[in-house]
Amino acid sequence: MKDKITVRFAGAAGDGIETVAEIMVKLCIRSGLHVYAYRGYQSVIRGGHVWSQIRISNNRIYSFGDFFDILVTLNKDGILYDVPYMSANGYIIHDPSVKFKYEDVGKPYYDISVPLIEFAKKFSRLPIVQNTVALGAVVYLLGLSFEYLKNVILDIFKDKGDEVINMNLNAALAGYDYVKEVYKDIPRSFQLNPDPNKRKFAMSGNQALAFGAYSAGCKFYAAYPMTPVSPILHWFAEHSKKCGIIVVQPEDEIAVINMAIGAAHAGVRAMVATSGGGFSLMSESVSMAGMIEVPIVIVEGQRGAPSTGLPTKTEQGDLRQVLGAGQGSYPKIVLAPRSVEEAFYTAIEAFNLAEKYQVPVIILTDLYLNESIVSLEKLNLDIKIDRGWLVNEGEIKDYKRYMITETGVSPRALPGQREYNYTAASDEHDEKGHLISDVLAGLPSMLKIRNAMMEKRMKKEKYILQEFPPPKLYGDEEADITIVCWGSTSGAVREAIEELKKEGIKANALEIKYIHPFQAEEVKNILIKAKRLLLVENNYSAFMGGLIAEHTGIIIKDKLLRYDGEPITPLQIVYKVKEILNN
Amino acid sequence: MALELKIYRGEVQPDWCPGCGDFGVLNALQRALAELKLDPKDVLIVSGIGCSSNLPGFTSCYGFHGIHGRAIPVATGAKLANPELTVICTVGDGDCYGIGMGHFIHVMRRNIDITVIVMNNQIYGLTTGQASPTSLKGHKTKSTPYGVVDEPINPIALAIAGGATYVARGFSGDPIHLAKLIKDGITHKGFALVDVFSPCVTFNRLNTYDWFRQRIYKLEDTGHDPRSFEQAIKKAYEFGPKIPIGLFYVTERPTYEENFSDIYKGIPLVKHPFPSKEEIEKILEEFY
Repeated sequence: MKDKITVRFAGAAGDGIETVAEIMVKLCIRSGLHVYAYRGYQSVIRGGHVWSQIRISNNRIYSFGDFFDILVTLNKDGILYDVPYMSANGYIIHDPSVKFKYEDVGKPYYDISVPLIEFAKKFSRLPIVQNTVALGAVVYLLGLSFEYLKNVILDIFKDKGDEVINMNLNAALAGYDYVKEVYKDIPRSFQLNPDPNKRKFAMSGNQALAFGAYSAGCKFYAAYPMTPVSPILHWFAEHSKKCGIIVVQPEDEIAVINMAIGAAHAGVRAMVATSGGGFSLMSESVSMAGMIEVPIVIVEGQRGAPSTGLPTKTEQGDLRQVLGAGQGSYPKIVLAPRSVEEAFYTAIEAFNLAEKYQVPVIILTDLYLNESIVSLEKLNLDIKIDRGWLVNEGEIKDYKRYMITETGVSPRALPGQREYNYTAASDEHDEKGHLISDVLAGLPSMLKIRNAMMEKRMKKEKYILQEFPPPKLYGDEEADITIVCWGSTSGAVREAIEELKKEGIKANALEIKYIHPFQAEEVKNILIKAKRLLLVENNYSAFMGGLIAEHTGIIIKDKLLRYDGEPITPLQIVYKVKEILNN
Repeated sequence: MALELKIYRGEVQPDWCPGCGDFGVLNALQRALAELKLDPKDVLIVSGIGCSSNLPGFTSCYGFHGIHGRAIPVATGAKLANPELTVICTVGDGDCYGIGMGHFIHVMRRNIDITVIVMNNQIYGLTTGQASPTSLKGHKTKSTPYGVVDEPINPIALAIAGGATYVARGFSGDPIHLAKLIKDGITHKGFALVDVFSPCVTFNRLNTYDWFRQRIYKLEDTGHDPRSFEQAIKKAYEFGPKIPIGLFYVTERPTYEENFSDIYKGIPLVKHPFPSKEEIEKILEEFY
């Protein structure tokens, strides 16, 4: 019996696939089951081919997996486009009008024909209701009680009135009862053990980042709409009044970052989010934040590039862009959370590091992580806040905003404080903030000041590095192969390691989260001990491989690189590992 | 009344060319602040890049000398975070009407309560004399040896049409008059633009002090009604043998900050507490 089962809903954009998936996720987590949901869609509002997939298990799930088991398709496209990703002996739920032959599928499957359209018409004029009928069918097939579905429908449609609620309940029950009656003997190769006393919660990577930022005291959020991070903007906008956060959507990403820098300069925790293209526009200002030492948090949710690229698809292609953002040398931090859960904690960590070191912090995610919806049992909500060195009135005489200190961190005063006026300057300046760039530039005494100020700023990175926890191997210390990955790919890597273990292959993983400053010594010490190495990245250029080579001199020859827009899956890694070890 | 101007003086002496129009703007700004008896610690002056943008460092106010064209969004963020601050942008014509034009147009529709003073010298001074968005057609500069071919931007007309609620133009050769315009701009609730003819004595040999003195006249001497949109727009297009200065247009509209009064609850954002564990737990409930 399998402990994981995956359901895929396929249709056209506008068919309501998203809503069905949302209900399915709620139903599972309220039944105490774990989920991992992900979707495929295009840059179209109506039409095209979209799918939403929910992987369900009694245990925690780390990735969206490789194959699905149950397909619900509202049209023939599901047979053409989705069936290749269906496991053998899968289940195809469809309306009788969606006709296909065994050859169209090309592998054994269970045909579950349900009069979705007929039932939908019976209860509503809206064709979208066939989703609800299908949902009922799926719930029966999963072996779950109708009560679970009923409760979610009552909750989700509670503001829509009795008519809508009853219509959906009737439609769902029709689908449920039909499969129960007609397909009652259908074999099931999986076993789910629901327990409503073990209810979970679920959030997307985007929501985890937003919720984490709120929990860390973020009071100002600015963003220009951009896939895949717009849901962060939507979350903040919806929670603006409830959570006391000012949310603005300015004219472009340059305004976004500068507004946030202005707000942070005035003393509030401020965050922005964008994708690769928007970040390009921000980069001059990120360099400024480093120069004037303003704490700011930036989420960069990568998507298929270059240029507009594949705007609704995932990629890890912006590593070098964030590392090289803006002109010159300035201290910064780049963090790549590896899971939805870690995204929550990373948002909090990012604000603390930003304020403690008065630097820009970039949280580097990707569409796969941003849009994955994952069930969780617990989050530690004892949030520790570190606002760094904010000077109190009377604390310092002869105030120098950019005073040279051991750690490079200087006393930060906020505009409006009585004793500490200064000008924050993007030009090179001395400890007081006075420019040395114009009439004084190049004078002998200024050369010394320039060096001192550059060194003051850059030495923060030395202390930041000491603050990062040392990297740890996932899995057994001793292994035949060490898989190296960063950010969101770690989920698939973990699952691959479990699969390999079943086949007697010992693998472990170095999953890099702290990207800049780079933990060169620690990473080197781990890699040097590995028997074999495999680099796994969701991009063409093996950016992390290059970074590792730059910092450690170690060149990883075996690589699994994927850049077709889809996330790397566990089985891909399993096959690659076997291929390497067999050679 | 003897004004205490020196409390607004910074530790750094201005490094502008002798005779630069920006001295008059600095003087007028200090006068305006003194007349309003504003504590320099309650004032944040935000600038971009250019000769004019060195101004914040020449004052004893809090300053933010950012990057080219981006003063307005920085000022917007700071004002939203702490509306108790008096926020003033001191920028140049290239800064505000060139690279920063996108922000200029959008800030006006928001009507945030900041004052933008544009030191308009119709030239790029700091980069040694290229044409700017306000250079007159035909003006020969380093970048336009055969004369400027673009029509100049009309900032006054743009501001009136763009939704600015206070639109004025001053002349740095008349700092007393300019100080009044700046002062009224600061006390005005909402977005105020004070465009200032601030001659560049080194690189703009066309639009000199004399050139302006021969042409300018004060709107208040002519019975102009700044409450009239039609009169204001008409005057905004007067740019020839006669050029008006003074207050073109003033009106009232709710400020941008007022939209967020439910969030502020009377307290600047910067003084709001961080969420408690109970509040965070309550939000987490939404995910079940």
